[in-house]
Amino acid sequence: MTRSSRPGHAAYPRLGLPAWVFVPAALGALFVVLPLVAMLTQIDWSHFGALVTSESSRAALSLSLKTSLASTVLCIVFGVPMAVVLARTRFPGQSVARSLVLLPLVLPPVVGGIALLYTFGRRGLLGHSMEVLGLQIAFSTTAVVMAQTFVALPFLVVSLEGALRTGGQRFEEVAATLGARPTTVFLRVTLPLALPGLASGAVLAFARALGEFGATITFAGSLQGVTRTLPLEIYLQRETDPQAAVALSLVLVAVATIVITLTRRSRTAL
Amino acid sequence: MSLSATIRVPERDVDVSLEVPDGRTVAVLGPNGAGKSTALAAIAGLLHPSGGEIRLDDRTLFSANDSREFVPPHARGIGLLAQDARLFPHLSVLDNVAFGPRSAGMPRGRARERAHHWLAEVDATMLADRRPSALSGGQAQRVAIARALATEPGLLLLDEPLSALDVEAAPAVRQLLRRVLAERTTLLVTHDVLDAVLLADEVVVLDGGRVVERGPTATVLTRPTSAFAARIAGLNLVRGTLQGDAVVSPDGVRVAGLVDESVGDDDAAVAVFSPAAVGVYRVAPQGSPRTAVRATVTDLEPHGHQVRVHTAYLSADITPAALADLALTPGDEVVLTVKASEVAIYAG
Repeated sequence: MTRSSRPGHAAYPRLGLPAWVFVPAALGALFVVLPLVAMLTQIDWSHFGALVTSESSRAALSLSLKTSLASTVLCIVFGVPMAVVLARTRFPGQSVARSLVLLPLVLPPVVGGIALLYTFGRRGLLGHSMEVLGLQIAFSTTAVVMAQTFVALPFLVVSLEGALRTGGQRFEEVAATLGARPTTVFLRVTLPLALPGLASGAVLAFARALGEFGATITFAGSLQGVTRTLPLEIYLQRETDPQAAVALSLVLVAVATIVITLTRRSRTAL
Repeated sequence: MSLSATIRVPERDVDVSLEVPDGRTVAVLGPNGAGKSTALAAIAGLLHPSGGEIRLDDRTLFSANDSREFVPPHARGIGLLAQDARLFPHLSVLDNVAFGPRSAGMPRGRARERAHHWLAEVDATMLADRRPSALSGGQAQRVAIARALATEPGLLLLDEPLSALDVEAAPAVRQLLRRVLAERTTLLVTHDVLDAVLLADEVVVLDGGRVVERGPTATVLTRPTSAFAARIAGLNLVRGTLQGDAVVSPDGVRVAGLVDESVGDDDAAVAVFSPAAVGVYRVAPQGSPRTAVRATVTDLEPHGHQVRVHTAYLSADITPAALADLALTPGDEVVLTVKASEVAIYAG
């Protein structure tokens, strides 16, 4: 990277940075960018429109967006309380609890899918009793959302817990001495102050859910319009119609780029 | 309301008892780590002491004996003003001040009226629509005072409220505090003697987690019995036992002076005197003065138009001319003399 010359920003000299670090840095950047460029060169632009608007493609894209949105909402509903409990309380076994919550971050998604299957599948831990109640989760759209939530939740928890810890408890203490009950403090002080952390955590969770493959195919299968999300569709098309696979990949890259750009903009606006 | 608190926190080696009579301001003085902030946090309910009892009038806020009673901070009716203003950055100045009344269940419109009233009380009406990030340190502390008062707390806790302000902003805020604290039950933690003199009726001195001295502000500052109180009052203090008309410290320093009637031979006593009463010599002067102490210069600092010479025990004020004449530097051996007529000796 060269020196920033944006208006309003002083140009910082490259103080003491050794010249050679630019070589591996540039190589690394090239390693990330080159495959994307290679993909672009392979796209058959004359059929691009038809390829990405085919029935199966549209079904996969809309399923992906819906399930990712749903799992992001679930991540917020469960992840915010988890992050608050981890950041603001102390209880025995807390570090163990934190490690377990973050486990899906390092677990291969296929393993996560198998774990979910043995919990909510027909022969799973809870599956049998749920079947008695008339609930069948595995290989349904619900299973897609659960698989995505499973892998995306730690992203939101880590991001928000970090924001809460950095912010500290100073404002919450003052709010309490001003007579605010714990719920008021949480809603009017804790959450608003952690909003940037929550927003970036939610975006990371959404992006992770959108790209989810392994846990989904293991736990939810690949049924067009029901469980076949965009990554699954791309993988399947690769066998039969490589052109369509590349075109859909570009759609996924575009969605990811839009999401990242939006959050960057909202962050600088804060 | 009156506060009566005994706070024991063995983990931090704190065991103090504090009383604030109704409508009075008590200043808690003490060096860093003396337990001032621990005591304040316990009274506010932000820290759970292991022992003791905290009562506001006849309401028990905490009691270690009685079924582990503990009233949470939001239900105590105790306001807290910290070193930094801690205004909520996501709310306007007006909504910061309205936060307390709103939390008490007041409708938005009335809470804002109340906020306007208190902003006017601290001369900050024109700041109402600003964001906290657009305020100077002094302005922010004004708003924080209004915010704390808007809840009409029964007891106000001030934790070094002026120490984060620059020298230009502090006097005006101190003046404001002097005005709003009159008639209010207040506990003020400070290390600034000026705060104690201008704001407090009584002083409690903490050191090492214990109360070492307490009394009316004027008495503590003119007749201190603790090293810390003497230091912030700008006085020298030698502690020991009375022998004749002199205090003799455990390590043999002997200071003669005017002995108060209340103290008798072999009683614990302190000798207190101003640095201006101390003379500095390279060699012991002729005529053998009553008090002559050998000491090593540790530090020299400007003090008004004088220079203050610090030694391990005592300090002395000398003129710049005398300093030049003596050619003192830290590490030099000197003899300090004290005129007996300027030394007060009383029970300590």
